[in-house]
Amino acid sequence: MSGQRSVSIWFFIGISLLVNGVLILGAGLYEYANPPAPELQVVLFRLHAGIWWGGLLAVIGALYCWKYAPSRAS
Amino acid sequence: MVIIVFYFVLVLAIGFYLKGKANTGEDFFMAGREMTAWVAGLSFLSANLGALELMGWAGSAYQYGILATHWYWIGAIPAMLFLALVMMPFYYISKTHSVPGYLKLRFGEPARALSAVSFAFMTVLMSGVNMFAMAKVMQIVLGWDINFSIWVSSLTVAVYVTLGGLRSAIFNEVLQFFLIWAGALLIPILGLYEAGGWSNLKVLITQRASEQYVHMWATLGSFSDNPMGINWVGIVFGLGAVISMGYWTTDFLVVQRLLAAKDMRSAEMAPIIGAGLKMLVPIIVIVPGLLGLGVLPMKLVPESVATVTHGYSYNDVLPLMLARYCGPGLLGLGITALIAGFMSGMAGNVSAFTTVWTYDIYRPLINSKGTDHHYVNMGRWTTVIGVLISVGTAYLVMRSASIMDYVQALFSFFIAPLFGTVILGMLWKRATGPGGFWGLLSGTLCSVSMWAWVKVDPTALRYVALSPHAKALAQDMFQALWSFLVCVTVTVVVSLATKPMPEGTLKGLVYGETDIPPIENVPIYQKPIFWAAIVAAVFVILNIIFW
Repeated sequence: MSGQRSVSIWFFIGISLLVNGVLILGAGLYEYANPPAPELQVVLFRLHAGIWWGGLLAVIGALYCWKYAPSRAS
Repeated sequence: MVIIVFYFVLVLAIGFYLKGKANTGEDFFMAGREMTAWVAGLSFLSANLGALELMGWAGSAYQYGILATHWYWIGAIPAMLFLALVMMPFYYISKTHSVPGYLKLRFGEPARALSAVSFAFMTVLMSGVNMFAMAKVMQIVLGWDINFSIWVSSLTVAVYVTLGGLRSAIFNEVLQFFLIWAGALLIPILGLYEAGGWSNLKVLITQRASEQYVHMWATLGSFSDNPMGINWVGIVFGLGAVISMGYWTTDFLVVQRLLAAKDMRSAEMAPIIGAGLKMLVPIIVIVPGLLGLGVLPMKLVPESVATVTHGYSYNDVLPLMLARYCGPGLLGLGITALIAGFMSGMAGNVSAFTTVWTYDIYRPLINSKGTDHHYVNMGRWTTVIGVLISVGTAYLVMRSASIMDYVQALFSFFIAPLFGTVILGMLWKRATGPGGFWGLLSGTLCSVSMWAWVKVDPTALRYVALSPHAKALAQDMFQALWSFLVCVTVTVVVSLATKPMPEGTLKGLVYGETDIPPIENVPIYQKPIFWAAIVAAVFVILNIIFW
């Protein structure tokens, strides 16, 4: 789906995953530094899923952005 | 909230970016027929992965256990492979714009008109159902006003489909596919961790419900041995051979994505890619439902009971599981996944409705002399009107007791007989125009009549589904089976009683009259048949593992 003057769909997906990953990672780190009261914590809070899941999404998104960047495609 | 806002900005940006690439009818309605196999395959799957699909089937998994997985495996995989290897060549070679368009070429105008009108009716209803499901999520998880949710999301879909046509819908569907997985995959990961793994989850479910909830085939010997009240005949023949074949091979909502493929091999590979990924979808839909059964402290109830008691219904299990494991950022992504699911489902319905209305109703029946530009404008206006009708439908659906039963009933009204008509049209050259039309009409009427009969007299279910122990979903399966058989019988009888179609007119439309071009000279691992065999083998193995 990437023509000579087209931005690839995979680049848009990269942007989406990268931005969402960074936001989730940031929220996870904030929660790690400032944990909510125990009664407000989600189940398995101790695993800090936001940090590793957000980080994973950001890495995958960054890879997609780099690989399908319009400058590389042209 | 930032994540949700970012999502809306991104999909609108894609719509505006693609605005300049939707100037001709071929661009607007068929995305220029230049999609790769992966894009077409992901879009094909994503158009079906709406919020209704996610929430409804997670709820069904809570209600019926692992039996709900049948709708993803035997209820999808054989049909997708059949579509890829047997039917796709005819759709692609005939260069039709739509499934009703194929019926016009094969059976004539009456069959197309009947199919187009029933399809248009079904798509706007489906779209309304999807919209209602999404608004419920917003209300439960974010406390948003249901009206606000409906209008913001539907207007966004209207903008990006109106601007970029099918290409915009497909681009967004692929994006939504990734978001759905990114947002929903954490639930099974964390849930299985909490439950202590799959084996422990089965023990928990057996303790809290019954062992019947963790077997896919072992309990299907009799209607009374499983929570769904169905037997293997209904699952194999009703679901596997009729409903799923009808849906995945003739529902233009999904087939349209494949017609946009850039060449024949891509058109064949796309549903195979979709089938491979479809087998994984139970991880984010069925497993959360089963986890709800195993770990949620509260008991979920049917929608009708929840409305009275103000408790949680089966359909709420996915949002509840999301809220159980996800803190602020992850919850935002999970909600975005559900919104994305809703919007992909709605965009799929709206873009398919727009094409069928413009090419199969407006052009042949109302104005056949318009220019290409005129039809593109008609497509844009129809998109807006389709969204508005869907909004109206969403408000009607709020009165319905159960989302899934409603949708299943719709499927069996139209989809099962349509499959009978299309498959006979493709494989039997003796089928005639009158045969196709009367078969389709009688199959549809048969389905509606059985549904009405059971509505008026619920004890009639014992005749429709062949057992007094049958429940609602079993009724849908058998209703589809009977309507398919009636359609096929009437088509055959009327065809044999009418004059055969001249053979020259069937070229490119019927097996035996069509030279299907061979797939270009590529290595075996790039051939559709190779990947279809692998998907089929994995499908068999999975069914045995979860027997």
